[in-house]
Amino acid sequence: MIEVKHLVKRYGDKKAVNDISFKVEKGEILGFLGPNGAGKSTTMNMLTGYISSTSGQILINGVDVLEEPKKAKASIGYLPEIPPLYVDMTVDAYLNFVFDLKKCKLPRKAHLNDVCNLCKISDVRKRLIKNLSKGYKQRVGLAQALINNPPVLILDEPTVGLDPNQIIEIRSLIKKLGKRHTVILSSHILPEIQAVCDRIIIINKGVVAADGTADEIARNITNEHKMTLRIEGPDHSRAEKEQIVTALRNISGVKYVRADMEREKGIYDYDVETDGKTDVRRDINKLCFDNGWNILMLQLSDLTLEDIFLKITMGEGFGHDESEKGVAAKGKKPKVRINLMTEEEAEAAEQAAREAAEEAAGEAQDEKGDEE
Amino acid sequence: MGTIYRREMGSFFTSGIGYVFLTVFYIASGYFFYNDVIKSGLGDISPMFVSMFIVVIFLIPVLTMRLLSEEKKNRTDQGLLTAPISLWEIVLGKFFAAFTLFVIAESVIFIYALILRYLSKDMVWSSLLGNYFAMLILGAAFIAIGVFISSLTENQMASAVVSVFFFLVLYAFDDSALEKLNSNSFISKNLKISTREKIMEFLSHLSMRSRYTEFTRGIFSLSSVLFFLSIVFLFNFFTVKVLEKKRWA
Repeated sequence: MIEVKHLVKRYGDKKAVNDISFKVEKGEILGFLGPNGAGKSTTMNMLTGYISSTSGQILINGVDVLEEPKKAKASIGYLPEIPPLYVDMTVDAYLNFVFDLKKCKLPRKAHLNDVCNLCKISDVRKRLIKNLSKGYKQRVGLAQALINNPPVLILDEPTVGLDPNQIIEIRSLIKKLGKRHTVILSSHILPEIQAVCDRIIIINKGVVAADGTADEIARNITNEHKMTLRIEGPDHSRAEKEQIVTALRNISGVKYVRADMEREKGIYDYDVETDGKTDVRRDINKLCFDNGWNILMLQLSDLTLEDIFLKITMGEGFGHDESEKGVAAKGKKPKVRINLMTEEEAEAAEQAAREAAEEAAGEAQDEKGDEE
Repeated sequence: MGTIYRREMGSFFTSGIGYVFLTVFYIASGYFFYNDVIKSGLGDISPMFVSMFIVVIFLIPVLTMRLLSEEKKNRTDQGLLTAPISLWEIVLGKFFAAFTLFVIAESVIFIYALILRYLSKDMVWSSLLGNYFAMLILGAAFIAIGVFISSLTENQMASAVVSVFFFLVLYAFDDSALEKLNSNSFISKNLKISTREKIMEFLSHLSMRSRYTEFTRGIFSLSSVLFFLSIVFLFNFFTVKVLEKKRWA
């Protein structure tokens, strides 16, 4: 359906996109993931023919975007980062304009009704676009992309600026659309990509850093596995926490241990990463039994997309350096479990990771951190 | 092209720019009709057109300043440039929308003509039509230039100011200006008379105002018509190229 071969976009000396190649099959929902400035929007602008590529080839449905732009563009619906809305028009007038612009041959009234119902904008059709809320504007933007039923939909950060309810709505809408259209979706919001997309391409600094399903990427990027333990010692003290960490670290096959939050009074959670080859659960159980500790919880968790994302985009195994030096700070685990992570939260997570590294430099500081 | 044209026409009236343009044009032309034509007591309408030239210089940028700059600023150009239409359709749609408004404005002249005919028996229709046509074709050229300037910037004000400046330069650039240039001591010292004459002749052919004045005197010259039409084509072509170049930048 979409084939991209060795795509390059150069601005002066800077390569915004450097040799990207991928294929998207019919009916697939592909997620473009990457930090700000990674080249997501540039790639999408090239796919839709808004800007040209410096070199490389883009085939939409077998049609070259540069050689037969009209034909290629006719099969694409595009929602750019900022929806291209004429704010002094009513929604109806605008959608009719787009209908004409795309030279749509479908029955006008029925088709526009369908699109409006799908995007849930039927009740605002008579209103001026400038008076609509951000969420409605975004939906009108999506509606214009859907006009003429293009087989390919390209959506650049479709949920930016929406409230949680709207985000969930748009996501389920995209999923629904994915059944009839080929969708490429970009985002820097990880849970979104995970929730919606069949396949993920992680772009960093203009190159494809990873390509596959979330599981495949996880398997390729890392062969480590993670688990979270909650262990209770007899005297509920901090010294005991250190003791447990040290003991866990001595189990063969364990690569990394970190004490996490104090979940219950005097009881800590421990993050354990193994090399993925050895099953250490029995050893842990035996260790605890021998020492008279109680395992209150053992939860296996594979690396989340977020961990992978950080690993790839920050170019280092995150969280590992501090484990060598000492016990990591408590309560700073850069992992957001709720399903909606904003950009700010992503930044906060990175910030937390950095703080964790600093705090782990000395044990005294760790004490201090605990009291805070 | 029709789609873009219809949207722009609608936008002229929803944004109010169309009303402002028409109002100012009607007031100014009415004033000059009274002051230059009726007061003179003659049946000749051309003095009004001479005055309207300067009004048009300031009014045309009102029409053209936002045509492409606003698209770029609001990122609505992404919608247009990723739609299955050509750049020519976009540019010509916008050009003809502005031109239509100009024609609507200028056609008020026929009302003046009826008034004049009522007041004076010696009104000359040929002079009136010549003037009407001259302003029409001058307006078309200015609109094409204005659309081109609008494609160069995201800022409407910048687009308007540059357009007015450019038009004023074109206005000042007539035969008497060339005469002054010719007698300039620096030029006369450094250039041979024969080359000087050739250059001056070449430049005088490029003067819009000389050609325009020719029309207002009732002389219909095919070469001038072609001249203005070439300018219309050339600047629309430039605009297309600017849009195309943005894509490759």
